[in-house]
Amino acid sequence: MSEQTPALRLENITKTFPGVKALDDVSFSVLPGEVHALMGENGAGKSTLMKVLGGLHQPDDGQIIVGEQPVRMASPLDAKSKGIVFIHQELSLADELTVAENIYLGELPRKRFGLVDWRRLYAQTNEILKRLNVSFDARALVGDLSIANQQMVEIARALTVDAKAVIFDEPTASLTDAEKVVLFDVISDLKSSGVGIIYISHRMEEIFKITDRISVLRDGAYRGTLETSKTNDEDITQLMIGRTLDLSRNLAHHDVGDVVLKVDNLSCGHLYENVSFEVRHGEVVGFYGLVGAGRTAIAETLFGLREPTAGRIYLDGQPTRIHSPADAIRRGISLVPEDRKAQGLVLGMNCRDNMTLPQVDDLKAGPFVAEGAEIAIFDQYRDRLDIRTPGWRQSVGNLSGGNQQKIVIGKWLSMHPNVLIVDEPTRGIDVGSKSEIHNLIRDLAGLGYAVIVISSEMPEVLHVSDRIVAMFSGKIMRTFTSEEVTEDNLIQAISGLSADKVA
Amino acid sequence: MSEITSKTANETPAARSKGARPVQLGVIGTFLARQGILVAFALFMIGFTIANERFLDPDNIMGVIRSSAILGVMALGVTFVVISGNLDLSVGSMMSFATIVVLDLHDKLGPALAIPSMYAMVLCLGAFIGFLVGYLRLNSLIVTLGMLSAIHGLTLTYSGGKNMDIADKEGTWFDVFGQSAVLGIPVPILLFALLASGLGIMLAKTPFGRKVYAVGGNGTAATFSGIRRARVVFTCYLISAFCVATAGLIQASRSLGSQNTVGQGLELEVLAAVILGGASLMGGAGTIFKTVIGVLILGFIQNGLLLVGLQFYAQYVVTWIIIILAVWLDIAAKRGKLWSPIA
Ligand SMILES: Nc1ncnc2c1ncn2[C@@H]1O[C@H](COP(=O)(O)OP(=O)(O)OP(=O)(O)O)[C@@H](O)[C@H]1O
Ligand SMILES: [Mg+2]
Repeated sequence: MSEQTPALRLENITKTFPGVKALDDVSFSVLPGEVHALMGENGAGKSTLMKVLGGLHQPDDGQIIVGEQPVRMASPLDAKSKGIVFIHQELSLADELTVAENIYLGELPRKRFGLVDWRRLYAQTNEILKRLNVSFDARALVGDLSIANQQMVEIARALTVDAKAVIFDEPTASLTDAEKVVLFDVISDLKSSGVGIIYISHRMEEIFKITDRISVLRDGAYRGTLETSKTNDEDITQLMIGRTLDLSRNLAHHDVGDVVLKVDNLSCGHLYENVSFEVRHGEVVGFYGLVGAGRTAIAETLFGLREPTAGRIYLDGQPTRIHSPADAIRRGISLVPEDRKAQGLVLGMNCRDNMTLPQVDDLKAGPFVAEGAEIAIFDQYRDRLDIRTPGWRQSVGNLSGGNQQKIVIGKWLSMHPNVLIVDEPTRGIDVGSKSEIHNLIRDLAGLGYAVIVISSEMPEVLHVSDRIVAMFSGKIMRTFTSEEVTEDNLIQAISGLSADKVA
Repeated sequence: MSEITSKTANETPAARSKGARPVQLGVIGTFLARQGILVAFALFMIGFTIANERFLDPDNIMGVIRSSAILGVMALGVTFVVISGNLDLSVGSMMSFATIVVLDLHDKLGPALAIPSMYAMVLCLGAFIGFLVGYLRLNSLIVTLGMLSAIHGLTLTYSGGKNMDIADKEGTWFDVFGQSAVLGIPVPILLFALLASGLGIMLAKTPFGRKVYAVGGNGTAATFSGIRRARVVFTCYLISAFCVATAGLIQASRSLGSQNTVGQGLELEVLAAVILGGASLMGGAGTIFKTVIGVLILGFIQNGLLLVGLQFYAQYVVTWIIIILAVWLDIAAKRGKLWSPIA
């Protein structure tokens, strides 16, 4: 392998931000036709390294070599023109534009007089979309698409240029299994045409499935490269966090109490219909299904963001109407929303203020916000969730993706809710922290909270739930207890194949 | 959009990479850009002082602050509105309205009743705007631009188009807000300072202030955090209206008579001061302290230009140049680049 010229080489890259040495003398190379995983904890510097490569950040030191040539990536478009395509962790699409415009932004096909050749644009786009096997059209507005579909649009961008290297920064964080299959096909196509691929993910099973080599970063420093076929989970984690994790640890199970939340024949337009379920004190109920199955819509209804069109919600046995999030919070309901950037965080605000935002009215010293109490809350959850930040004053927008997600989780845990709803709680979170969050969810149940976990990751749902509600296209197909559930019958239930509804 | 893309699409990759090379700021450059306004301000001050020794005269300085007070008081309220992610272009004509109304009522009801009545009327206008923007979610630019002329019409209807004067200018105590001084400090300055500290603390230290930043920074996330966005926006417009009423009170008290157009054009100067201070038009950023700095900078520069002998009307142009400079430096500091063309 070593005699091959790398598609891409990064040499001695260093990058500092105020208060943070994000990258410390990192060297790293990718061969043509190789899928190279980049791994590391949240905040290890993966995205920063890729942003340097993609022309979004200029390195303080070090150089980038494409083929034989040292190059400078002045801007993202510059990087693209040198054959580096970057599919971002945080979506960077223009909501108001169509799918086609987003994909070809900056390079729309032209006719005479510089007019956009719309016909060609849509035809080209639809061709790419067909390869990706998606359900939307080139003319759809990006803002109308689900996050998963927006992610597919990002991926489509990669297929428009003659790439030397394609960077995928946590592309599967919001994809369903079916979409992942498509993505992996795309990756293997790229690979066989000799493109070098950098693949960032926290999901071990994906790493082992599609990558050839694995490079690991820790605290901004390069830790080594492993051959995927000759390594295992433990070696990788050892390199990533300096110790091994016991992921097989059994989660605590608790006795359940009275029903806290009962939903009776609830419907909301075509989003979901006749949904009934209950959640008890000390119980974790998992909701599993495909994107669009209506899980998020149910969560939003419970949190006062949507009016149900029919049916009832009972809290502690009392019929209840929840009119607004403020109302929901007052009744002890918390929601960790699915989209941290759009719904979870005020990116320009500091870590502390973001975390205490829902309770800012309750944290008062006289007429003022009790900043000491806020800092105490922040410190508590920073330690508990291992949030990597130079301090509470840091803007949340400057944290790494996983650390941002932890802020959102801390924000809602610190509310001590009766009913905690988490929608894709571990999206973008590294393996160590993930098991920590799973433990936390179980612990909360142990304290008597009722928890609803919505997740598209089957292992996660299977791991944390006492019961699992399987949904398909707005309907509850079946409710499983943790004893009766298996991967097979769960998949069957959420794909709409089994009609046997268990009440 | 088409302009942006047409440029890039016609360029060859080589030309593009050359053309797109951004100008990087070094450490000193970044500092200068970040403090750009203050640096420019200092240079102006030095220049003015050399050009005209009267500039640093304590009387002149006091005079500048005093004449900035009206603008300043209005800018305080607009700071709330801008941080919450909206605009208020109606403050100029609302200030005219406040001035005319309080002068008219002065003779009809006496000053003690005229003042609260005027405040009530102006707050109603503010509540109306707040309702439209906050609860009906109408675009604030459209709403307040419309209100700018609607309120102007209201003022003219109210006054019948005539100037408004207090009949007995000698025998009223109404001039205290504009013309008197306490411990040698003119009352307009005191009112400005008082409001600035009060509102500054409110914005920086109270839960409400925090919510204003959240709503302007990311309205959806604010909603998801249980913040009643409409209520926050509504309150910001009430605060703005309160400040406008106070500005009108000072104006009326200072002149004891007024034209219908006394506040005309102030909305842009106010906005200029707020942006000079570093509040983001996108919402979510800015402070009262910085707005006060913005107000003073604007005031001193305009005064300096006058002393240097620049025509009054040329000030409009210079003010505009200063704003552009401020916004540019602000963006440059954020990007760490002086120049970085789109794409
Ligand atoms: N613009 C910025 N300003 C300040 N600090 C930053 C900035 N961007 C990144 N950082 C810091 O650099 C470090 C590395 O962040 P990076 O986003 O590269 O992590 P990551 O490995 O991608 O993590 P994750 O798995 O959570 O996505 C973090 O400590 C982060 O807070
Ligand atoms: Mg990252």
